[in-house]
Amino acid sequence: MAIFKDDVRYAESHEWVKLEGDVATIGISDYAQHALGDIVYVDMPEVGDEMAAGDVFGAVESVKAASDLICPVSGEVVEINEALEDAPESINADAFANWIIKVKVSDPAEVDALLDVAAYTQLCENE
Amino acid sequence: MKKYDKLIFEISNPGRVGFQLPANQFDTDGLASIPANLRRVEEPLLPEVSEVDVVRHYTNLSNKNFGVDTGFYPLGSCTMKYNPKINEEIAAMPEFAAIHPLQHPDTIQGALELYYNLQKALANIAGLAEFTLNPYAGAHGELTGLMVMRQYHISRGDTKRTRVIVPNTAHGTNPASAMVAGLDVVEVKSKPDGTVDVEDLKPLLDDTIAGIMMTNPNTVGMFETEILEIADLVHKAGGLLYYDGANLNPLLGKVRPGDMGFDIMHINLHKTFSTPHGGGGPGSGPIGVAPNLVQFLPNPRVRKADDGSFYVDSDEHSLGSISTFFGNFGVMMRAYAYILSLGRDNIRNVGPMATLNANYIKESLKDLYKLPIAGVCKHEFVFDGLADKSTGVTTLNIAKRLLDFGFHAPTIYFPLLFHESMMIEPTETESLETLDEFIDVMRRVAKEAAENPDLVKSAPVTTEISHPDETSAAKNPILRYRDIIK
Amino acid sequence: MSNRFIPHTPEDIKHMLDRIGVNSVEDLYADVPADVIFKNDYELPLGLSEIELRQWFKDLGAKNRNLVVFGGQGAYDHYAPSVIPHLLERSEFYTAYTPYQPEISQGTLQYIFEYQSMISELTGLEATNASMYDGATATAEAAFMMVASARKRNCVLISQTIAPRVLSVVETYTRFHGVELRVVPEADGVTDLNALREMIASPDVAGVILPQPNKYGIIEDFTGIAELVHRNKALLAINADPSTLAVLRSPAEWGADIACGDGQSLGMPLQFGGPYLGFMSCTKAQLRKMPGRVVGATTDAAGHRCFVLTLQAREQHIRREKATSNICSNQSLMALYATIYLALMGKKGLVEVNRLSADGALYLYRRLVETGKFTPAFDKPFLKEFTLATSLDIDKVNKKLADHGIMGGINLGNGLVAFAVTEKRTKEEIDRLVNLMMED
Repeated sequence: MAIFKDDVRYAESHEWVKLEGDVATIGISDYAQHALGDIVYVDMPEVGDEMAAGDVFGAVESVKAASDLICPVSGEVVEINEALEDAPESINADAFANWIIKVKVSDPAEVDALLDVAAYTQLCENE
Repeated sequence: MKKYDKLIFEISNPGRVGFQLPANQFDTDGLASIPANLRRVEEPLLPEVSEVDVVRHYTNLSNKNFGVDTGFYPLGSCTMKYNPKINEEIAAMPEFAAIHPLQHPDTIQGALELYYNLQKALANIAGLAEFTLNPYAGAHGELTGLMVMRQYHISRGDTKRTRVIVPNTAHGTNPASAMVAGLDVVEVKSKPDGTVDVEDLKPLLDDTIAGIMMTNPNTVGMFETEILEIADLVHKAGGLLYYDGANLNPLLGKVRPGDMGFDIMHINLHKTFSTPHGGGGPGSGPIGVAPNLVQFLPNPRVRKADDGSFYVDSDEHSLGSISTFFGNFGVMMRAYAYILSLGRDNIRNVGPMATLNANYIKESLKDLYKLPIAGVCKHEFVFDGLADKSTGVTTLNIAKRLLDFGFHAPTIYFPLLFHESMMIEPTETESLETLDEFIDVMRRVAKEAAENPDLVKSAPVTTEISHPDETSAAKNPILRYRDIIK
Repeated sequence: MSNRFIPHTPEDIKHMLDRIGVNSVEDLYADVPADVIFKNDYELPLGLSEIELRQWFKDLGAKNRNLVVFGGQGAYDHYAPSVIPHLLERSEFYTAYTPYQPEISQGTLQYIFEYQSMISELTGLEATNASMYDGATATAEAAFMMVASARKRNCVLISQTIAPRVLSVVETYTRFHGVELRVVPEADGVTDLNALREMIASPDVAGVILPQPNKYGIIEDFTGIAELVHRNKALLAINADPSTLAVLRSPAEWGADIACGDGQSLGMPLQFGGPYLGFMSCTKAQLRKMPGRVVGATTDAAGHRCFVLTLQAREQHIRREKATSNICSNQSLMALYATIYLALMGKKGLVEVNRLSADGALYLYRRLVETGKFTPAFDKPFLKEFTLATSLDIDKVNKKLADHGIMGGINLGNGLVAFAVTEKRTKEEIDRLVNLMMED
């Protein structure tokens, strides 16, 4: 069963976002990693890249599936999780601990507009 | 028999040669005239083996393969029919194999005549005006056909038509080709029987639609009975109809895509016209078009002059060129040989016998396998796994178990319409006896799945390798010999 | 009805119809609107027996003429060792399809792995795909790949010195796809590096495509180019002739990120233009953006080494419109061709093929210049193909040569003619070519 943490927000495209100060940490949900299966590769942007909400910032690949990563917030990429380059499977082990990028957000209100855990759980149940 | 497991690099022995060149008659030194900084520094690591080493090595590799000549190959959507042997000899005739594509036209009249006559024959078979044989494969034909579609709209100044409608059941190549051709994809829904939902289509047809891509019969092997209405709707909205020829085989001898209202189509010569699949190519994907689109076909064109001779031409309004020369000519030769072998008499039976074969298998197995779409299919059909799924045996397990019985597996997990899709296409070259053997094995596997599910789940058990680790292959790619030795 | 490719007897058909529960074969098409059922005769002859078919092609073949080839421009008359067609006729190879079932496709998967290994050796780059359609389409795919890799840059530079047939295909592909293609002009037969320096400074340039050797047969000097391109955050792709890479500086040695080109020079029959193959290699950093199928080594449940299609998540059947390319099949059998060719030639043989070709080419070059009717078009190094300027009527000369069984140099326009010499050409053939051209 997928884990739904309640201290983060979710995008309909299955990313989670946790805002601390003006930096948003972004990963994919546990539900999403279950759906993908064994993750073999994470494509990440470069530090310094500018993102608008809705931009593709990378992709996650399993053996026979791939999914674009959509940035739920606007801002500048300030950090990428380089550990995923060698150990992409760590997302399968813990999708929340193993974040993908950190973005310095230009509009924190974008985070508030995302789904809360109840709404996201509902979304997944309907899929 | 001992298992052969060497790479050609692993039987290399420094100093061995597999080929000798004639003595050098020249007093010139061509390589010395090239400045050192333009010369290679590090020697490539190529094998050093004798001629017999090479012959045994690749003969051993061939023994690890399964082809149509090995056994029944019911791979849905791929039309794995028998490849006549004479066609191989014909393609290898030096009169065709040793001619340069840029030779003087007087010296290549036979090649040009074949190209011209094959495109004419395909146009007649398809019910369209003209064909180009330049595209190298089905996907390449799709791309070229969509370029024709765009070029048509652009030539009319209708530049806002940048979207193409693709059924949600379509093969992934359709949307990918649209993307490469610079078109945005709009999905049209299917009805539960897999055919296009005309009511869902209607509101999509606005003035941004360049056209629709369809195949008929569709990906589940069902004929799109509302095709004439769909064609009418799309044409009235100013769009064009593209026919994906992947499923042309059941119509051969019965129905011509042009007569159904299609404006553009590609044909996979390696499917419908029996040229070998070659382990994944070379194929050939000629495209045909309606009369008003002929001017947009890619260059070069091959034409017939009034005096009966043939010449290479290029058209001003052409979309450009999509191949270095004339496409996969060697494949065209085989296809033309096949068409001549069938003739206008036997070509009539190709589609009907392929359809008969598919329906025979379907009706013989539908009690044990779940048939989500009932009724008469065309050349192929889809089962949604076993009827009884209680033992947890999946389509993948069944596919692998078939390998143990000497059959190639069907296409699995496509179309995406069903969770356990298993797409079976027998082709007309298979005899009743072969079909019965396959039916017996499929029934036996269903029985095994009920009585001894672990056996089926552990399949294959008789093949040379079993259960390759695909996850580690994707995670840590080893793509060359140097990655192995380092 | 009796045809050698359709085995159904009337009794078979009856039995099968009974099982299906319909009365006739026509009933299987009852769902097809009557209007679209094709009732006329096809405009084809009656079916031919094998005996008739063979004769038919013999007669047609007589309308072609096999010439002693001195033309190149993307198709070279290298020798194909007899071993290759024999092994390619193993029908376990040529009647198989894409190796979807690795358990019964290790033959195909292993030769593709060997092919990838050998092409990677020639290009010097870490990853090679299972092959593409031809050199021109592979080059167009390289352009898309560079744009995909750069994310927000949408322009590709390509040298005017690349073969015109390649340039024209890249132009078609990029125009429809929406990639801006800018052509770097040529100067004195090679890429104008000053122009390139200016053009690369534009911030929308995703990559640069350069040829080696170029359309004139010239081996261009790309010293410092890779550094320049990379400094501008763009990628470098080199379109190369793989046969020549045994002796010429490799794309990796030039610092390229991508190598592409046509595999025909690896002994493939001229076959009126195809099938050949397009090859593509890239650095590990670009691997995930590379289109086409890729085979990787892994192990099976028993720990045995085996080969599988891998990195499939990049491909069209999974990514649909989000894939970088729509390519499905490769030119697999031609990849086997190239693999066997390279295995036979080996490290030394391929160098010797180039040596003989280059010696013959230089001999022809000198003989033609000596006649006074040809002058060097450019004073630049070449290998097996070179371009001369002449005041002769090239088309007229070539017509005459064809009547004498020779394909002369290819007319490039503007009084330029390109000759190619392979290891197959003897001194006697070259002398005959020169003498015939000088007769008028």
